[in-house]
Amino acid sequence: MNSDPESEPGSMTAVFACVLARDLKLASRRRIDALLPLAFFIVAISLFPLGVGPEPGMLRDMAPGVVWVCALLASMLSVGSLFAGDHADGSLEQMLLAPTSAIAVALAKCAAHWMVTGLPLIVATPLVGLLFGMSGPALATLVASLALGTPILSLLGGLGAALTLGLRSSGMLLILIVLPLAIPALIFGAGAVGTVEAGMSPQGHFSLLGALLIATAIGAPLATAAALRISTE
Amino acid sequence: MNKASAIRPESRLRLFSFAAPSRFYALTGWLVPLCWVVFVGFAGVGLYMGFFVAPTDATQGEVYRIIFIHVPAAWMSMLLYLVMAFWAGIGWAFNARMASVLARAIAPTGAMFAFLALWTGAFWGKPTWGTYWVWDARLTTTLILLFLYLGYIALVNAIDDQRRADQAGALLAIVGSVNVPIIYFSVKWWNTLHQGATISVTAAPKMADTMLTAMLLMTVACWAYAFAVVFMRARAMALERDAHAGWVAALARGRITG
Repeated sequence: MNSDPESEPGSMTAVFACVLARDLKLASRRRIDALLPLAFFIVAISLFPLGVGPEPGMLRDMAPGVVWVCALLASMLSVGSLFAGDHADGSLEQMLLAPTSAIAVALAKCAAHWMVTGLPLIVATPLVGLLFGMSGPALATLVASLALGTPILSLLGGLGAALTLGLRSSGMLLILIVLPLAIPALIFGAGAVGTVEAGMSPQGHFSLLGALLIATAIGAPLATAAALRISTE
Repeated sequence: MNKASAIRPESRLRLFSFAAPSRFYALTGWLVPLCWVVFVGFAGVGLYMGFFVAPTDATQGEVYRIIFIHVPAAWMSMLLYLVMAFWAGIGWAFNARMASVLARAIAPTGAMFAFLALWTGAFWGKPTWGTYWVWDARLTTTLILLFLYLGYIALVNAIDDQRRADQAGALLAIVGSVNVPIIYFSVKWWNTLHQGATISVTAAPKMADTMLTAMLLMTVACWAYAFAVVFMRARAMALERDAHAGWVAALARGRITG
């Protein structure tokens, strides 16, 4: 008999690990689908120089904002299918019916979404920074701010996906609901790069971004679990 | 228990008396006209004082007078969001449908006040700051508040199942209510173009007495308007939801007043 309570089946960490592994395995079986948000990210970013003109100074100035907005949109567009697959074949309700924590399920799904969508975005950002002619320190700050910010986006997106589960126009509705909540992360994330480009320390912005991450990591899974129960009743 | 005693207002009042749609309808039947009268009275006096009696401002001249609409609208938009989140939460916690109906009724009015605050602020900003809009902390967070209202309205209207819609809306409203203190304190926390607090509970106000009086009168007028409009909307929603119920049929037949 295993005496360690955390490795017992049904404990929060066991459920978390199980759901995370399952989602990653499912994503690995559909690699093209999993990389679509990355493709959208790069294509959408490329639209901006085409739209506003190739003047290098202007591109360098708007690069942090453009990258952040496109990361936000790529996250929001891909998070809609977070619970939809499981909801459609009934496994989501089974997960909620079991005497396991819905919070662990929600957290695991958001973590899987971040690893599949957010991490590739962070890895692709240096390439994008080159396209926009960003300087080294600014680029490093942008990557760091995205590393702190994309988990926030995945967590908030999970809440939105749970609230709009199974609805008709859930894509647009999810974006409308989640974007106002994600705006502070956008402001501080892009602002951090701005302060570095102005020669000042980004520490204030990173502190606020870190605080946002902690608050969201604590609050969002709770709210997402409640939303899942509301949506599947 | 016969139908008449269930809706007679002089029966003993309990905490959840007006959670019953029929009693709510009867109560608001006379509350709504009263609120409209209060609105017209206070708005008339307040606007007259604000536009004709209050003195010209030392730095801004006459254009400051938009404050008598702008500030009450901004206060209302923030407070109504908290009230909406409160009632939606009550509806979720106690399974009280009328509380959720009230929250849904508040949302459009709150959104209107947020939009009015931004719109009047833009007209005030052009002559004083030189621009209609600037992305400072308070304007941005008020814009986010407007988006939160719109998101709530969109969510509750997108879900067909009323109970699920009420509960999902309650969750969203509660999560979004974190933004309201941020708006309120944004002017203190960030160096921003928007002016700081002129009125505080602890210190003497930094504006002339007539200006303050007019602004407070307009605030009462806005509250009366909000009550009137929200109750009218809630009455219509109560009738819709209870369309199959006996009290609605009795109302239609003219048996009871409301």
